[in-house]
Amino acid sequence: MQTGVESDTVLDIDDRVEQLQGSDYLSFELDGELYGVDIQTVEEIRVWSPPTLIPRSPAFILGVINLRGMIVPVMDLRIRFQASQVDYHRETVVLILRASEMANGKIMGVVVDAVSDVVDQGEGQIMPPLGDSQVIAYVSGLLNVGERVMSLVNVDELLRIERWI
Amino acid sequence: MAMDMDQLRRIFYEECRENLEVLERGLLALDLGAANFESMNTIFRAAHSIKGGAATFNLDDISHFTHVMETLLDEAREGNRQLDRQTIDILLRGVDCILAMLEAYENDAEYDKSEPDAVNAALNAIMDSDDSASSSSNDLSSAPLSTDLAPQEPAGSDIEKWAICFVPDPAMLFSGNDPVRILRELHALPGGAEVRCDPTHLPNFAQLDPEKLYLRWDIQVDGHVPRDEIEAIFEWVEDECDLTITPIHRSVPSDMDAASTAAEAPATEPQTPENASSSEPPPAVKKANKPAVKSDASVSSIRVDIDKVDNLINLVGELVITQSMLAELSSDFSPERLEQLQSGLEQLMLNTKELQESVLNIRMLPISFAFNRFPRLIRDLSLQLGKRVELVIEGENTELDKTVLERISDPLVHLVRNAVDHGLETPAVRMEKGKPETGMVHLNAYHQGGSIVIEVSDDGSGLDKERVWRKALDKGLISDDIPLCELTDSHVFNLVFSPGFSTVEQVSDVSGRGVGMDVVRRNIEQLGGNIDVHSTVDQGCSFKISLPLTLAILDGQLVKIAEEVYVVPLISIIESLQVDSRQIKTASGVQLYRLREENIPILRLKEEFGLGSTDDDLDKQLLCLVEAGDKKVGLLLDELLGQQQVVIKSLESNYARVPGISGATILGDGSVSLILDIQGLITQFLARVSDASGHIAAA
Repeated sequence: MQTGVESDTVLDIDDRVEQLQGSDYLSFELDGELYGVDIQTVEEIRVWSPPTLIPRSPAFILGVINLRGMIVPVMDLRIRFQASQVDYHRETVVLILRASEMANGKIMGVVVDAVSDVVDQGEGQIMPPLGDSQVIAYVSGLLNVGERVMSLVNVDELLRIERWI
Repeated sequence: MAMDMDQLRRIFYEECRENLEVLERGLLALDLGAANFESMNTIFRAAHSIKGGAATFNLDDISHFTHVMETLLDEAREGNRQLDRQTIDILLRGVDCILAMLEAYENDAEYDKSEPDAVNAALNAIMDSDDSASSSSNDLSSAPLSTDLAPQEPAGSDIEKWAICFVPDPAMLFSGNDPVRILRELHALPGGAEVRCDPTHLPNFAQLDPEKLYLRWDIQVDGHVPRDEIEAIFEWVEDECDLTITPIHRSVPSDMDAASTAAEAPATEPQTPENASSSEPPPAVKKANKPAVKSDASVSSIRVDIDKVDNLINLVGELVITQSMLAELSSDFSPERLEQLQSGLEQLMLNTKELQESVLNIRMLPISFAFNRFPRLIRDLSLQLGKRVELVIEGENTELDKTVLERISDPLVHLVRNAVDHGLETPAVRMEKGKPETGMVHLNAYHQGGSIVIEVSDDGSGLDKERVWRKALDKGLISDDIPLCELTDSHVFNLVFSPGFSTVEQVSDVSGRGVGMDVVRRNIEQLGGNIDVHSTVDQGCSFKISLPLTLAILDGQLVKIAEEVYVVPLISIIESLQVDSRQIKTASGVQLYRLREENIPILRLKEEFGLGSTDDDLDKQLLCLVEAGDKKVGLLLDELLGQQQVVIKSLESNYARVPGISGATILGDGSVSLILDIQGLITQFLARVSDASGHIAAA
C-alpha cells in the first residue's frame, strides 16, 4: 500500500535518526511488540469510547470524537499495522497525537493495546530499522529497552492523511 | 503615544478607502452625466480629505499626488472646466494610484511609481493645454518650479518672495489643526520657506492656557511658487486665522503695505532662499519615513452598524438581569418556587438565543460591499471591449456573512466579466438583432428562505445549446450515445461548469461562456451554496447563486440511519413522509418514489454510507425529500429525531474532506454528529444513477 514511500524513507533515514537523539519516548504495546513515539507529540491519553463513524473511510479509521470542541479522527493502529487481535475493552487507550506544524499540524487519536512507560533514550543507541514490513515505512529507528526492542514511530508520517485517502 | 498614532493612522486608512470609493463612485456618475453641483462638491471634498489626511500623516506621496487631482476637480467644481471622458479616465486611474500607494504604506512596501508619474503627467498636460483656453482657471500644477503664475499677480519673475503673515486663532488647536503641519508643507515647497515665530503675544506664565495657541508666524516663500498653491496649504484653516499674503517685488522691496510688520523683519536677510532651508527650525523631515504599520490590520477589522452594537448591549443588559434573578432564586430556593425557576430558565434561554443571533448578526454586511466594485469594472470593460453596458443593481442592502461575502466576490467578478465579455454583443450586432444598443447587466440579491440568492443576468446572446454540447463531446465530458434533443437545456448548460470545459483557449468564440467556471462553482459549493444557469438564445443568460446566510450555524434536523445520528440542514428539506411501498416504482433500473405525479429518485443512505443494507420492508422507513439546485431526491432513513441549531465544525481541519458530508457538529451529550452535504450527495447520486442506467436522470 505504501510501497512508493519506502525508498524515500530509507534515503533520509540517517537524518531522521539524527533528529531522534536525546528524546523521551512514550512506549506502548501493540500485538506483543513495543513501540514508542516522541513524547512531545503526545497531546493526551484517553480511555476508549466509541467514535462517530465516517462514511467511506479506510477500515483503520474508526471515526471522529469530540476533543474539547474539536473534531478529531481516531485510527486503530492495530488494524493499520495488521495486528492479529483487535478488541476494545475498558483498558484500551487512545493516544492523542499531533503532527508537527511542518507536516500538517493535524491532531489524531491512535488506538493501541496498552501504554507502558516513558523511556529516556539515555545512552542507548538508535539503530536504523531493518527488514521489510507493512510497518517499516512509519518507523524511523530502533532502540534497545532492557530485553526488548522498541520501534520508534514517526508521528508525522503516521498522520499523513493524504497517503490513504 | 506611538500606539495612539498607529490607531489614528489605521482610522485614516479606512477613511481614505471610503473617500476613494466616494471619489470613484462620483466620477463614474459624472461619466454617465448624472452629476450635479452637489455631487461635484462631494467628489471634491473626498479628494480634499484624502490630501489633507495624507499630509497630516506625512504620507507625502499621496498628498502631493492627490493635490493635482484636487486642483483639477476644484476647477471643475467652480465651473471653469468641463470634465470630459478622457479626463475622467485619467482621474479614475489616479484613484487606483492612490489606492496602490495607500496599500504600499499600509504594508510598508514599495509600489510602482511609473503609473502615478504617468497619471500626474497626464493631469498636468490636461491643465496646461486648457490653460490658454480658459483664462479664469489657474494652473496649480504642483510640478516643481512651475512657471505659471496666478493671474492676479503681475506676470514675470519680479516677485521675489511671498511674505505671509499667519495669525492663527487661539482656539485653532481644538479643531484638530496643527500649525506645524502647515509650516511643514510650506517648507516642502520648491525653494523652501523662511519661517519666523512671533512669540510676543504669549501671556504671562500664570495666565497661559496650554491648550491655546498664542504664537504667530511670519513666513517668506520663494516667489516662483504660485499664490494659489500657498493658499491651498492654508485652505484647511482659512476660517481660523488671519492670513495675509503679500508679494515682495524684486526691485521694490518697500512695496509692501498691509503686511509691513510681517514682511519687514525677515525681508532683510533672506536674499538667498537656498540658505533658508538649512537654518530652518521646522521639525519636518521631507519625505518623512514611512509609518511602520502592522500589515493586515485593516483587513481583519469590521465596521459595524451602531444599531447592532446597541442591540447587543441591550441584550447583555437583559441577560445580566435574568442572571441576578436566578442567583437570587438559588440563594433561597424552596420547591414552591419551582415555577419561578422554570420561567427564569426560559427567560435565560430566550436571552441566549437572541444574543446568539445578534452576535452572528455582527458579522453580517450588506452585499453592496461586493457590488460596489462593479460600476467601475463595467466601465473599464465596456471601454476595453467597445460595448455599451448598463449595470442595474438591486438588493444591495441584503446582508451576508462577512466570510461568505469575501469569498463570493471573486466568483461574482468572474460572472460579471463573462457577462460583458462573452454574453453581451457589440452595439452593431445588437442593432441587427433588433435589441437596444446598450446591453444590460443585472445584479440582484435577495433572501429566499434561509438562504440568500444572488443573480447575475445579462440580455446578451445567451448560451447556444448545440455549441455547448459539441464542446462537451469534444472534451469527452459526455458520451455521444444520447442525442442532443434528448438532453434538457439545464443539463447541457450546466456542462459549462465542468472542469474540463474551461481549459480550452478561445472558449468565448465557441460557447460564449466558460473560462474558469468550474472554479466559480467550486468556490460556491465550498460555501455550501450552489449555482445554476438559465439561458435563452438571443435573450440572455442568467446565473443564480444560492448561498447559506452564515457558515457558522445552521438549523438542522437530526435523523437516525442505522444507529448513527446525522444532521440534515433544515433548509434543504421539503417534506418527510412515511414510505408507502406501493408508491415505489422501478424505472430503467432506478428506484423512484411516486409523489403527487412527481417521480423522485430514492437514495438509500444506509448503503450509501456503508452502514449495512436496508430492510426490504420499506413501509417502516421514512423518506426525507430534500432539494438542492432544483434537483430533488428522497433520502431513505430510519427515524426522524428533533430539530436544533447546530454549530458547524470542520472535519477537514484534522481529517479530510468527506464526500457527502459537509462538516460535523457536537450534540448536547458531547457526541459528534456528521452534517450531510445535500448538494454533494445529490450530485454524486445522480451522476452514478445516470451512469448505471445509461440515461440522464432528469430530476
